[in-house]
Amino acid sequence: MKEQVELRGKTWFKALTGSNTPKNGDPNSVLATTAAIGNESALFLCVVPDKDSRFPCVRDGQVGLEEAFTLATHIRAVIAEDRDIPREAKRSIIAIVDVKSQAYGRREETAGIFFAAATSADAYTSARMAGHPVISLVAGQAFSGGFLTHGYQANRTLAFDDAGIVIHAMHKEAAARITRRSVAELEKLGHEITPMSYDVRDYAKLGLLFKLLHAEDPQHPTSNEVAEVKNAIAEAIADARKGKLDLSNRWESGAAKETRKGTLAVRAALEAQWFNE
Amino acid sequence: MKTPTIIPDFVNRRSFIELDARARAQSLFDEGAWKELVGPFDSIESPWLAKQGVAPQSDDGCIVIKGKIGGSPAVAIAFEGAFQGGSVGEVSGAKMTAALDLATRDSEAGKPTAAVLLLETGGVRLQEANLGLAAVAEIISAAFALRQHAPVITIVAGTVGCFGGMSLVAGLSSYTIMTREARLGLNGPEVIEQESGIDEFDSSDRALIWAINGGEQRVGMGLADSLVEDDAGKIAAAVRDCVRQGVPEKHRTEQVELYRARIAALDTSRQIDPAILRQQWASTTRGVR
Repeated sequence: MKEQVELRGKTWFKALTGSNTPKNGDPNSVLATTAAIGNESALFLCVVPDKDSRFPCVRDGQVGLEEAFTLATHIRAVIAEDRDIPREAKRSIIAIVDVKSQAYGRREETAGIFFAAATSADAYTSARMAGHPVISLVAGQAFSGGFLTHGYQANRTLAFDDAGIVIHAMHKEAAARITRRSVAELEKLGHEITPMSYDVRDYAKLGLLFKLLHAEDPQHPTSNEVAEVKNAIAEAIADARKGKLDLSNRWESGAAKETRKGTLAVRAALEAQWFNE
Repeated sequence: MKTPTIIPDFVNRRSFIELDARARAQSLFDEGAWKELVGPFDSIESPWLAKQGVAPQSDDGCIVIKGKIGGSPAVAIAFEGAFQGGSVGEVSGAKMTAALDLATRDSEAGKPTAAVLLLETGGVRLQEANLGLAAVAEIISAAFALRQHAPVITIVAGTVGCFGGMSLVAGLSSYTIMTREARLGLNGPEVIEQESGIDEFDSSDRALIWAINGGEQRVGMGLADSLVEDDAGKIAAAVRDCVRQGVPEKHRTEQVELYRARIAALDTSRQIDPAILRQQWASTTRGVR
């Protein structure tokens, strides 16, 4: 069933856009297309597994060099095309996220994957700061550098609420090893320490999500479920257009007042001392 | 009879790497023209570490110093590599984001304020996992916003190096300064070996690590800007140069086409030779920035 989980991104890309073929000149691991959402058109982006990739360490759907630069290319094209139109008319960019991680490879390190990832994060940030609504739909896994490269710069993030969704800094086995715990201990700790949890409903308590969505069988969505997800994306777009361009909505959210007290305390203290000269 | 004694440079040199994060940050500012903000006496600690039996630190391993560099307003934000590997936790991450945001606010109000990020970090603090990762995303956004008005200057001096999510922050900085003792990359060698096997990366092969991640290579291949000796005076001078140069005309992360073409041209049928890659990339980067 492992393979199915990694194809959830592709399933939802197809369900929302009607297409799942890569563009000419793009690697097979990136899906990019323009499709309707509500009564406007938006750029949809997704990173998918490509078992024949010329980079061996991305073949299971990891985000590598080609993926990062391809995402950045598409995003920058939209920014350039919409440069002279007002904020409310700028196209939305929808990141469908199902990434198990960044690529863990020597080729990638040698050729500077840190920089490739930065170009993609930069492109997403540029789009958001220029006024494009950037919406992430977490349809499967959203791990670490993979998520930082593809999706974590969104103004609004949506995620499904089932056990197939994992948003985290590191997968369980590696995190257990590094923090010298067993996987069972790590899971138990996740229930007590919210930011360590692997459960998306705990993640929602951090105030980083706009909304949780549900599908009975996320691998085979019904047409009603697809319509509901499209509505939620349209709602997120409308909300993003009304909001600030930066990410302050994350720590100013209701949930963050409970779970991110440290963030809020340090921000308040620094601001007070900064201007006190 | 007195013969003049020749004292080699390194005897009088003040090592930067041997300084802790606070002293490193202080050493960059004009004499007497700085103050630390939200320091240890404010005692804003990680709310998550004690619950896991890990001793917190009263500055959470992140030092913020505001003042003047070469006469211009600036803020330095330094991660202390000796505390939890310089990892990004909720508080240390939020401190960096907030300082960048305030520098942006001053810059927008007509007082351009440069930021210097001293990154000695292994990445996200796993005891605060998702809030650390969220903090990195927020730092990226805040650094991007400031970069429109004033330079964001990253220093990776060593010996921890800069790995994990914070390597993206180095990637999108206006200028990156490194020493030969510094390493920069997304995944550390141990992580690659663990995830992809020893054939992919033998993490005991020190020469290979330095050939790929070392400061000389990163500057040589054009993904960092200046290679400076481990000398506090020289590093401070390099930072003053960057502050004086201001915001570059085009940031490296905006040069997507150039780098996409370079990746397309790579032979991936075998591992890439770092020395050859450096030659290929260096010759065309010259003059770009």
